[in-house]
Amino acid sequence: MKLLWFHLMPYTDLPSDFVERHPSVWVDIDPALFDATKAHAMYNDFMDELEAAAELGFDGICVNEHHQNGYGLMPSPNLIASSLARRTRDAAICVMGNSLALYNPPTRVAEEFAMLDCISGGRLIAGFPVGTPMDTCYAYGMNPSQLRDRYYEAHDLILRAWTADEPFPWNGRYQKLRYVNPWPRPVQQPHPPVWIPGGGSVETWQWCAERDYVYTYLSYFGYKAGQATMSGFWNEMDRLGKDRNPFRAGFLQFVGVAESRQEAMDLYREPAEYFYNRCLHVDARYAQPPGYASEKTIRARVESQVARAAREASAPSSASRPSFEDIVEQGYVVVGSPDEVAERLREVAVDLNVGQLMLLLQYGNMSKDLTLYNTELFAKRVKPQLAGLFEDEWENQWWPTPIAGDARAQPRALSS
Amino acid sequence: MSGSVSLADGPCQVLSAGSGPPLGLLADVGGWAVLPEFAQLLADSRQVVAPALPGQVGGGDFRGLDDLPDWLAATLDRIEAADLVGADFVGFGIGGLLLAELAALSPASVGRLVLVAPFGLYDAGEPTADPFAARLSEQPALWSARPDDYAAALACPDGEDPVEWQVTHLRGQEAAARLLWPLGDLGLAKRLRRIQTEVLLVWGDDDRIVPPSYAKRFADAIAGPVSVRSLPGAGHRVDFDQPRALAEAIQAFLG
Repeated sequence: MKLLWFHLMPYTDLPSDFVERHPSVWVDIDPALFDATKAHAMYNDFMDELEAAAELGFDGICVNEHHQNGYGLMPSPNLIASSLARRTRDAAICVMGNSLALYNPPTRVAEEFAMLDCISGGRLIAGFPVGTPMDTCYAYGMNPSQLRDRYYEAHDLILRAWTADEPFPWNGRYQKLRYVNPWPRPVQQPHPPVWIPGGGSVETWQWCAERDYVYTYLSYFGYKAGQATMSGFWNEMDRLGKDRNPFRAGFLQFVGVAESRQEAMDLYREPAEYFYNRCLHVDARYAQPPGYASEKTIRARVESQVARAAREASAPSSASRPSFEDIVEQGYVVVGSPDEVAERLREVAVDLNVGQLMLLLQYGNMSKDLTLYNTELFAKRVKPQLAGLFEDEWENQWWPTPIAGDARAQPRALSS
Repeated sequence: MSGSVSLADGPCQVLSAGSGPPLGLLADVGGWAVLPEFAQLLADSRQVVAPALPGQVGGGDFRGLDDLPDWLAATLDRIEAADLVGADFVGFGIGGLLLAELAALSPASVGRLVLVAPFGLYDAGEPTADPFAARLSEQPALWSARPDDYAAALACPDGEDPVEWQVTHLRGQEAAARLLWPLGDLGLAKRLRRIQTEVLLVWGDDDRIVPPSYAKRFADAIAGPVSVRSLPGAGHRVDFDQPRALAEAIQAFLG
């Protein structure tokens, strides 16, 4: 199986009374809370951590895109990926990804991803998310009723731009371009592997199956909550006649490794509570722009709400600010000794049938020292226990195919 | 009574009542499932006719509409199909916006206009509220000066399918968002100078979505004769909050 080290790049200095004093970590987060000098240190720490993960042997390193967000400091993941492409050698560069409808014209994504693929020597994984409501509709003003159609059109345009053998005009519903001819073009042919981060919509599963893309479920709520979604995904693959190749699927899991479970509980309590309380403090007014979800999804959601309301009328859910014990109990974060974590992640991978496992080993306000401790323990004592899983039985055709090592450029070493 | 007209993309609900000179009604976000009280009051002297706009209850498809010209063409389709070309009109919110655009760009299509808290302008110094970024619990007081009654009116009636009820409600919201997102400013300010017809602007004193001061912004920009009527005890949904006072204001204006 593949193990990818994922960074959200959270701002690590939100005040302790953030939840009480501020309505949201996203969209209208208080600009006064941002200290650019501290951010200078954060960005450099985060990039050090990603580079260290690559050096320690993680199969891939992942960055993603958020806007006006206190737990995601990467409005442009491509900027970070560009630096990583130079400062790492073998790890896949997984940009998870560019919210296609926000790029005007979307050929910008074709161009920048091609640049990253060229700079990295063919190590790019191209993530194509729709983007959250907060990022797309509120921060970037995208019309929620047009977002998905714009996304699909942008996808079609980018794929054609990567694969066409001559310049072509594009007379789309939303994009009109007389001369499409991205230059540079990707190393990987016909194009870098495409991974689609999604929620639990059947339409997305079908779309991934139709195009043979990897579907990744990037939930912050761990393997227990993810079970239903991944089960739905595989049932739909069965229905569509697709094989159960686990490399079709990616899944995100928070992890904290230490020498013992108790040490892990002690070390990861603060960063986990910081993340699940302060970082997920998102104003509900930004969650449901009308039109963001399809009517089919709304029907499914409303039906489940009606059923749930009927079931739970006397026991409404509370836990909006979970303690670390809740967080661990619910499976949001897997903690323990290396052996315990390896055993649990093997179960997660097998139960969810996920071959591309993305790991959050930095979260919340976790320090660089602790992040590197977590990362190193994982790389040296967890990863070897998971090596080879699924690989005898299944081929991972969704992994980058870089230029051979001896033909790859060697970036100039930094002088002191 | 409820009927429908045939459009190129399917049927469209038309609510109507009364007899006399026709008076077209274009609703705000979501539309009307039945003819509202103010319209029933007007039906004593006018034939009130309310074709549904795209995405409103019974209004047909809206996801094929990409820009303002598409919306204006769809509105003209409905006006023509309901035999309302040249009639006097009352437009609420998005209905008011579309009627103002038609009065500027296709003046023969509409007669005198009553615009009730129309969308279409945005002043950063006194911004309109974002009706698409409100918590569910905030919605009633945002739209209405009678929030408890408004919330009750939005609740799924006994005997209706709660899923379909909610989908219909959200569809109306999406259609409005498709037209208005993100600010509701589609350039109408540049075109108001072309409106020559007689206009009555009606605003609820307690409109929390489009500030009542916007009445003056509209009035100053419209070329033709304009009068303004503010109604106490009404929020943005003047038709819901003060139906009798609204009907009287319309009657007084139209004569």
